Amino acid sequence: MISNLLYHIGRYILLLRQTFSRPENLGMYWKETMRQMEDIGIGSLIIVALISVFMGAVAAVQFSYQLDGTLVPQWYIGYIVRDLAIIESAPTITCLVLAGKVGSNMAAELGTMRQKEHIDAMELMGVNTAAYLILPKIIAALFMIPLLVTLSAYVAIGGGYLATVPVGTLSSDDYERGLRAFFLPHNVTMMYVKAVVFAFILTTVPCFQGYFVKGGNIELGKASTNAVVFSNILILLSDYMIAVLLTG
Amino acid sequence: MIRAENIIKQFDDHEVLKGVSMEFNPGKTNLIIGRSGAGKTVFLKILVGLLEPSSGKVWYDNVDFFSLNKKQVRAIRLEVGMLFQGSALFDSMKVQENVRFPLDMFTNHTLAEKNKQVDLCLERVGLSGAHQKYPSELSGGMQKRVGIARAIVMEPKYLFCDEPNSGLDPRTALVIDELIQDITYEHNMTTIINTHDMNSVMEIGDNIAYLHEGFLAWQGSKDEVLTSDNELLQGFIFASPFLQRLRSAALKQG
Repeated sequence: MISNLLYHIGRYILLLRQTFSRPENLGMYWKETMRQMEDIGIGSLIIVALISVFMGAVAAVQFSYQLDGTLVPQWYIGYIVRDLAIIESAPTITCLVLAGKVGSNMAAELGTMRQKEHIDAMELMGVNTAAYLILPKIIAALFMIPLLVTLSAYVAIGGGYLATVPVGTLSSDDYERGLRAFFLPHNVTMMYVKAVVFAFILTTVPCFQGYFVKGGNIELGKASTNAVVFSNILILLSDYMIAVLLTG
Repeated sequence: MIRAENIIKQFDDHEVLKGVSMEFNPGKTNLIIGRSGAGKTVFLKILVGLLEPSSGKVWYDNVDFFSLNKKQVRAIRLEVGMLFQGSALFDSMKVQENVRFPLDMFTNHTLAEKNKQVDLCLERVGLSGAHQKYPSELSGGMQKRVGIARAIVMEPKYLFCDEPNSGLDPRTALVIDELIQDITYEHNMTTIINTHDMNSVMEIGDNIAYLHEGFLAWQGSKDEVLTSDNELLQGFIFASPFLQRLRSAALKQG
């Protein structure tokens, strides 16, 4: 099992080495990167906004319940929702969801291209297929996912507002007071570090799974599932490591 | 010219190719035939460099392909065109974009120049009006023709075709065969076709190599197929009693 794991890690590293090589034609790579940016960014806007508004709303309602009857003032809800969104829910939950949506899509796309001999056809034309098919996805994700995470943080804070202010749990001023309290810019840095690391994981792991698919539809399905499972595990593992490193 | 020299290919314990040596000359349609599992596809993939042999060499003119570095391999591949069994057209691109893809990737020509070249290739394969169609809107035969247009758009020296007639009716298959043969003669290309279509063998086989269980069992031209006394070849080509009777009758009539 360990030798199998080492074999796959080695293959993954070799694929990355091949991916980060000089493009044959910048124009073609640019076009592909733009297409991927649209797929990853615009294509994920609704799902990200939807989960973020509920994340913020649930956090606000839960903490309002927890703080009720304690000495902690209710305006802390704004502060908690803000930091929870920035530090954890916006980068981590958003990227876990994107690993499911974008990651499985990438694995299926590359896997299908492998099965339909598209990758072989490009390879025979002299195209560096790892670079042409994977690098634009990585670049697009590294640009778009931090933007989606930023959006997610704002929408989650908005969700917290919607769940507490209109129903009378908190006044608008109290919620705003909480949002302005104890703000640490370092937390925003941490959010972006997480976003970039997770973006890299949720593109390269599914691309690795899809690029080397062998067999038929069952293997393609397995690759797509593995892409999501391994991405999620690696995202959570790196989330822990970043937390330890940046809060120590 | 392409030359395979004592190619052996092993997958785990299974030896698929057992020392195959062959030479393929320009201006000829070279056919590799054999039963399913004889090693044809593996051999073709080794010739184009998609698989590496366990031992043996492949020469492109005087260049040992598997001794080249990545940059040199890419340079050789610019001289190679290939028609895949399933055509391998990119689904998200229109016919024009599919054929133009190698030009977009590897040339600095203007869009007008590239489109002109695409027009010529599509015209050559008889698909002048299909520029704006997606592969899913084309029949199997038309997809093959687009595949041929894409394979020749860079004016390659070497053309490989993997089962060009699979899934096609006999008449369309004949059209594809003739097209490949005509293009081979026009451009003096070294064309290698992997097939088990007997119509192709009898129509366009300038040089035919019969693979049997990983060995080269017979080599000759289409004219020699009928008269050959190689039992393995006869057992493959004239597999049905009807064809055996037909062969006997043909031989009797001289």
